[in-house]
Amino acid sequence: MRIVVLMKPVPDTTGQERLLPDGRVDRAASAAVVNANDEYAIEAALKLTEAAGGEVTLLAMAPANAPETMRKALAMGATRGVLVTDPALEGSCTLSTTRVLAAALRGLEYDLILAGADTSDGGGGIVAAGIATLLGLPYLSYAAKVEPADGRVRVHRISPTGYDILDAPLPALVVATQALGEPRYPSLKGIMAARSREIATRSLSDLGLDGSQVGGAVATTRLTGSRAPAAREATVVVREAPAEAARWVVDFLAARRII
Amino acid sequence: MAGELLVIGEIQSGGGLARVSAEVATIARRIGERAGRPVEGIVIGADPGRAASELVGYLPFSHAVSEPEAADHAAAAAVAPGLAALIAQRGLSHVLVGASPDGRDLAGMLSALLGWGVLVNAIDVGWEGGGPTVEMSVFGGRLLTSSTFAGEHGIVTVRPNAVVAEPLAEAGRVVETVLPAAAALPAVNVVQRVAEAGAAAPIEEARIIVAGGRGVAGPVGFGIVQELADELKGAVGATRAAVDAGWIPYAHQIGQTGKIVKPALYLALGISGAIQHKVGMQTAETIVAVNRDADAPIGEYADLFVVGDLFAVAPAIVAELRARRG
Ligand SMILES: Cc1cc2nc3c(=O)[nH]c(=O)nc-3n(C[C@H](O)[C@H](O)[C@H](O)COP(=O)(O)OP(=O)(O)OC[C@H]3O[C@@H](n4cnc5c(N)ncnc54)[C@H](O)[C@@H]3O)c2cc1C
Ligand SMILES: Nc1ncnc2c1ncn2[C@@H]1O[C@H](COP(=O)(O)O)[C@@H](O)[C@H]1O
Repeated sequence: MRIVVLMKPVPDTTGQERLLPDGRVDRAASAAVVNANDEYAIEAALKLTEAAGGEVTLLAMAPANAPETMRKALAMGATRGVLVTDPALEGSCTLSTTRVLAAALRGLEYDLILAGADTSDGGGGIVAAGIATLLGLPYLSYAAKVEPADGRVRVHRISPTGYDILDAPLPALVVATQALGEPRYPSLKGIMAARSREIATRSLSDLGLDGSQVGGAVATTRLTGSRAPAAREATVVVREAPAEAARWVVDFLAARRII
Repeated sequence: MAGELLVIGEIQSGGGLARVSAEVATIARRIGERAGRPVEGIVIGADPGRAASELVGYLPFSHAVSEPEAADHAAAAAVAPGLAALIAQRGLSHVLVGASPDGRDLAGMLSALLGWGVLVNAIDVGWEGGGPTVEMSVFGGRLLTSSTFAGEHGIVTVRPNAVVAEPLAEAGRVVETVLPAAAALPAVNVVQRVAEAGAAAPIEEARIIVAGGRGVAGPVGFGIVQELADELKGAVGATRAAVDAGWIPYAHQIGQTGKIVKPALYLALGISGAIQHKVGMQTAETIVAVNRDADAPIGEYADLFVVGDLFAVAPAIVAELRARRG
């Protein structure tokens, strides 16, 4: 089974990202980590290939410093990485990301593509659906379970009332969730092995694209401003005995017209 | 070129309109007035009638499209091509949809089919200079951004609880519409829909959430969380620690790798308020926390922080609520 996992290097949530004068995040200056939701996709891909044989390719569209972050994911056990990077992609919108990743996937061999549920740097969980659409692949989202067998894939898709059992032929694109299982920590052996694994880079022209079709110059959306949210009011701390504390809480909720 | 705005109404399990769709309709009506553009709704599904008639409680007009395929196929792929064709045919300018799982799937597909940009997880939408201005809360709420579309078209996904839905004084009308023919996307079969015990209304839509963390100490503790949630007519949320321990299903998890919520009230019981949890709930209008550790991080951003044992305080709140209700 050949699996491609879409993984995005994102600014570390626990850090403080730096902003450029135009309000965009300075990705070159912010420490990047593997998008947490993509780690579940990587873990699921590793489990599937460990059980049935095969290989896992990581695909990212990111700035040129991304291999550093991709090594962390390779250290979990992935076979290789492919990085699409090009100065023209700076300031891309999600539609560009979708088109670029779809073009890169056309040049890869796979039975299954796995993506994360969304990205922690402001993504809205829409890129994967767009990629499946452009590639004409069955799209199975919000998976709590992924079972490929006999050229088909079965997925438990989380629903508001439980889950739906979905079924489609391979190749297909599946969106992973945390319910698939905790990602592993890279072993020392894995970290060593990752050093020698290949991370191939592709420019836009390698994909048969140019800056008039995708990238910052043709972005469909524009950031017009950013600001810090209004500070919350000071915390009211209550240390009374339970019954008195409960009266505080209920008074507070009533004063704010919540009840 | 001025086209109309389209609101996609989502059908809830049970057949009614998802709450977020009423909110999206309210936002669309407001910006439609500002822009001088008409707004129409659309509900597509195996049985769209009830949701469409509810959607026109908020919009002057809605299409109801009967799509039998949606009954036993993954919905987004079944409806996206025809919907994209309708949008193009009617010369619509912008699409607004809830940022729910189905709404996101559909937005991604429509973006690819129409070649339109998407602005995601809007917490507010205005209208300026010929197009929508979209406010978003990003990086776990540390930053608010405003964005616009570069061209004449765009798709906006809207977070639940961005506004309070406002019904029209007089309901609009529903018209049964058939989608234009379009090349299909690969079908994904729904083999079975499984209902799980403990599953409830989507927590993203809840106006009040009572959430439990590791401090709740087990399924029995979640009984206390549930009781307080019921008393407040709210939904139950959880931290990853509680989900990992198997006390409550993942669908209830709030945070970086769970749901992002924006309720009027977030009442946290036995939750430390780690950054990965905070990013999922800090845009709640009011945060109340009960924690026996006065130094828990949630104390730094809660509006009201009760230092105490949740097993004593939560039942006391239930009792106080009942006493006042008489
Ligand atoms: C990549 C990544 C993604 C993550 N995603 C998420 C996510 O989506 N959502 C999420 O929630 N977490 C997430 N986490 C985990 C997060 O870092 C925290 O570990 C988690 O939120 C802690 O949950 P908690 O507050 O329930 O537990 P703890 O941090 O253990 O806090 C329990 C609290 O309960 C209090 N307490 C104990 N007993 C009582 C009592 N009887 N009465 C009152 N108070 C009591 C304690 O004082 C303590 O403050 C993620 C972590 C990583 C690394
Ligand atoms: N630049 C990117 N490189 C690789 N994968 C991406 C990229 N952007 C998005 N993805 C994938 O698409 C998923 C959804 O992203 P988003 O729509 O941005 O929330 C992510 O979890 C990734 O799996």
